[in-house]
Amino acid sequence: MNALPCTIYVSFAGALLALAAGSRSAQAARVVALLTALTSWGIVLAAATGFVPAAGLQDLVNVAWIPEMGIRYHLAVDGISLTLLVLTGLAATAGVLFSWNITERTGEFFALYLALIGGVYGVFLSADAFVLFVFYEIAIVPKYFLIANWGSTNREYGAMKLVLYSFAGSALVLAGLLWAYAAGQGTGFGLPELVAATGRLSLPQQMGVFALVFTGFATLAGMFPLHTWAPTGHVAAPTAASMLLAGVVMKLGAYGCLRVALPLSPAAFALFQPYIAWLAIIGILYAGFVALVQDDFKFVIGYSSVSHMGFVLLGLAAANVTAVSGAVFQMFSHGVIAGLLFAVVGRMVYERTHTRQLADLRAMSLHRLIPFAAVVFVLAGLASMGLPGFSGFPAELTILIGTWQTRPLWALAAAGGVLIAAAFTLRAIQVSFFGRTGTDRCDTPIEPLPPITWPEKAGALLLLGATIYLGLSPDTLFDWIRPALQSPYFHAILTGGLS
Amino acid sequence: MSDWPLLSLLIFTPWVGAMLVFVLRRQLSTGLRLALPLAFSLSTLALGAAVLSRFDPSVTSMQFTENYPWINALNVHYHLGLDGLSLILVLLTGIISPLALIGTSRNLRCPAIHGSLFLFLQGSALGVFLTLDFFPWFVFWELSLVPAFFLIKLWGGPGATRAAYQFVIYTIGGSAFLLLGFAALYAASGTFDFIELASLARSGVLATKLAAVGGFWPQAVFLGVLLGFAVKVPLFPFHAWLPPAYAEAPTGTSMFLTGVMSKMGVYGFLRILWPLFPVPLHAAAGPLIWLALGGVVLGAYAAMRQSDLKRMVAYSSVNHLSYCLLALFAVASAGPSNPAATTAALSGTLLQLFNHGLSAAALFFCVGIMENRSGGKRGLADFGGVRTAAPIFAGFCGVALFSSLGLPGLNGFVGEFLIFRGVFGLTPAIAAIATLGLLVTALFLLTFWQRVFHGPAAGAGLKFRDLDTREVITLLPLLLLMFALGLVPQLLTGLFNPLVTAWATTLP
Repeated sequence: MNALPCTIYVSFAGALLALAAGSRSAQAARVVALLTALTSWGIVLAAATGFVPAAGLQDLVNVAWIPEMGIRYHLAVDGISLTLLVLTGLAATAGVLFSWNITERTGEFFALYLALIGGVYGVFLSADAFVLFVFYEIAIVPKYFLIANWGSTNREYGAMKLVLYSFAGSALVLAGLLWAYAAGQGTGFGLPELVAATGRLSLPQQMGVFALVFTGFATLAGMFPLHTWAPTGHVAAPTAASMLLAGVVMKLGAYGCLRVALPLSPAAFALFQPYIAWLAIIGILYAGFVALVQDDFKFVIGYSSVSHMGFVLLGLAAANVTAVSGAVFQMFSHGVIAGLLFAVVGRMVYERTHTRQLADLRAMSLHRLIPFAAVVFVLAGLASMGLPGFSGFPAELTILIGTWQTRPLWALAAAGGVLIAAAFTLRAIQVSFFGRTGTDRCDTPIEPLPPITWPEKAGALLLLGATIYLGLSPDTLFDWIRPALQSPYFHAILTGGLS
Repeated sequence: MSDWPLLSLLIFTPWVGAMLVFVLRRQLSTGLRLALPLAFSLSTLALGAAVLSRFDPSVTSMQFTENYPWINALNVHYHLGLDGLSLILVLLTGIISPLALIGTSRNLRCPAIHGSLFLFLQGSALGVFLTLDFFPWFVFWELSLVPAFFLIKLWGGPGATRAAYQFVIYTIGGSAFLLLGFAALYAASGTFDFIELASLARSGVLATKLAAVGGFWPQAVFLGVLLGFAVKVPLFPFHAWLPPAYAEAPTGTSMFLTGVMSKMGVYGFLRILWPLFPVPLHAAAGPLIWLALGGVVLGAYAAMRQSDLKRMVAYSSVNHLSYCLLALFAVASAGPSNPAATTAALSGTLLQLFNHGLSAAALFFCVGIMENRSGGKRGLADFGGVRTAAPIFAGFCGVALFSSLGLPGLNGFVGEFLIFRGVFGLTPAIAAIATLGLLVTALFLLTFWQRVFHGPAAGAGLKFRDLDTREVITLLPLLLLMFALGLVPQLLTGLFNPLVTAWATTLP
């Protein structure tokens, strides 16, 4: 358990090592990156086996850092952060495997990649808003370089847009936190202290604080209408970065909403709740419809991410234990599934065919050229459609149950989102991989495309295994998430619903 | 063997087979690629027979139950069970599936992958018929779409892509609201178990708890679940997906879709919608009966207007399944006024489920043979005088046609007779209009018979090759059953009579 902070340090140390190793050989950098990702994931999994969910938020480190402002280097873990830590480890490991073919400045690539991972681990472990903010900023910078240097299509634009949105979002968060701290005579940046400080403000001020902090985090979570950075950023990013962006970084935003923004002011949250829910619903439906008409394969996945994150935000807005546990589950599930989809599209397909236009792919009979990718994409697509048996289903089901308890109309709109997700995913499957099927003979293989390599297979199986395992055994995560939500810290906001 | 988990074996043997065939597809010899899926497909018949031999028809509750906790966070149980209704559907699956596989096996592209998908479909259908908890039930319900989609898309006709997409989107459209309905039921009751929910519904607790949401929402839950099943059956006017899907699917898949999968919707009505929403269904049955009537009459008219034989048979499926819903809605709307008529209508429904499976599968196979012989033609006008060239085929197909038409002495008659007997006792006017459907059905099936088999040999009817052994093997069991059940319907009714009587006496 106490080894968990090491995930942060191991990742940063790994970044330096990868940089050093990269100057000798690309292969060394890859191995260092893989070992680093595996080590930190191993630390998380080891901590998970001995984890006692009922104990609530458990301190890992708590030392004074800037005593003048009451800022403490305070790391702690509960079931929610543990869920996301496991996701980070998983996505990081898979991402390294799908970046195995990077030959250009490999060392720098993996150094930035591991620095990003370290920042993400830090955010999920922080129990002090200031520390959380610092790690959050650390995670933003490497994203820019990863996209601008190793990306594709419009990469400077995508990278700049993404970083500007991220910085704007974090500026709002910072402004809100400082306002609460200063105006509320805060004694520190620990989350309970900030909540207390906000509580001392008048309701209009609380609303202001809440609006700033929530909007800041929700931008990164891809909430409509502040989502536009996500599709362009995902499309421009290199595969591993898309996987991390959609898989983990968007969760930073959602996690920030849940951990920091919502509890700050339960009163303000109650007032904004319906607006948040409707923005989430519009995001689900709008992004779904946009995904339905995309010509670029990667944009389909990019918009599908926005749509799926809408479910997370809707679950948070419904504000009861069922819905919020579903939202956290959906964070994990979407992290895995989006990673898988981006891996297939970006790595397996694009780097072999050098096109992402659905019209071009339709003519290629990809299901015969790279059958492994076809099978993986079909399974990932089914998971993304929320078919039972995969992790998306328990997530969406619990969100539906929870939102129904709060407002049936929201649940009805979300059910429409499930249908649209099916429509655009099925279209993508059908056009991309099974465009021409009339004449195929499975006994005459044709292989003008390079075969799927072992790191790709390993990465795909890892992620597929995770989504199927959680689809069949969702208790694994619910057993962590639910006790965490019982803590008094969340109690004030979980008021939605009849029961 | 008595304590074996027979129902789990029933469901998962085809899935294990599917996995095995898929993994070994490159290692298998050409013969095994066909034989191995068939062997696994036959497991259902064998295990079904084992269940049949231990089945006690006089017990009206679930038998062979398996019930283990699965997901604590959602109170989900792995709950299997079987009663007379499930049993006849399991037996139907056991009969149709291997025959459908034999029926497609010639000159098939990629037989191993086809076989694997087919087994996956078969296992999913069995899961739907045997599962008593919404969560696992929905797993099977939704996953059955995946192999069906690929079977239609990859092995189907020229319009298969569109047909498959339409089929899946329609069904998922219904399922999304079904899912929402169950989310609401869970929010109200805290359980997904069909049996528990049904007993809550009987005592009125479920309705009270649902009503706590207020407004129109309790009715919306009912409508959501209704929509999910109505699309699947399909109930008029939600049938638009069916004709293209059945017509574009390869022969074996058409046989399975119509023989087994089309029963999933009716099963849902009987197992889930009716027991869980007795009062709302009673209230809604008045309007719904007109929709079922629309399916009966308009389905038959639409079939008559088709020049494509496969679409004709597809529309006749809409017509035949609407009889089942007609009977159910008549029973639900009339309440406990006339127990004899109620029992007749419900027995007829169950018989019709089984009989339609036999006759529609046989008809699709016959049309498939014609398509195969003529190089893809299946127009009504493309054939003539087939009887002269292929007397055996004409005989076999004739029996299937007359079974579908409801000729006394063949299986179709008994089911439809009981349905009409029941519906007439409950709502005479509706029954009278529904006879129009019978009339038109006779008209188009006789037209089929006359145009294709009689007259001078013409078009693709010239030099029509008669049935070969494989085709005889496919059709013969279906024909024998048609005669057997036409003459001794007790073979089947004996399995579910006490159950139906129990249903009729516990009406709300």
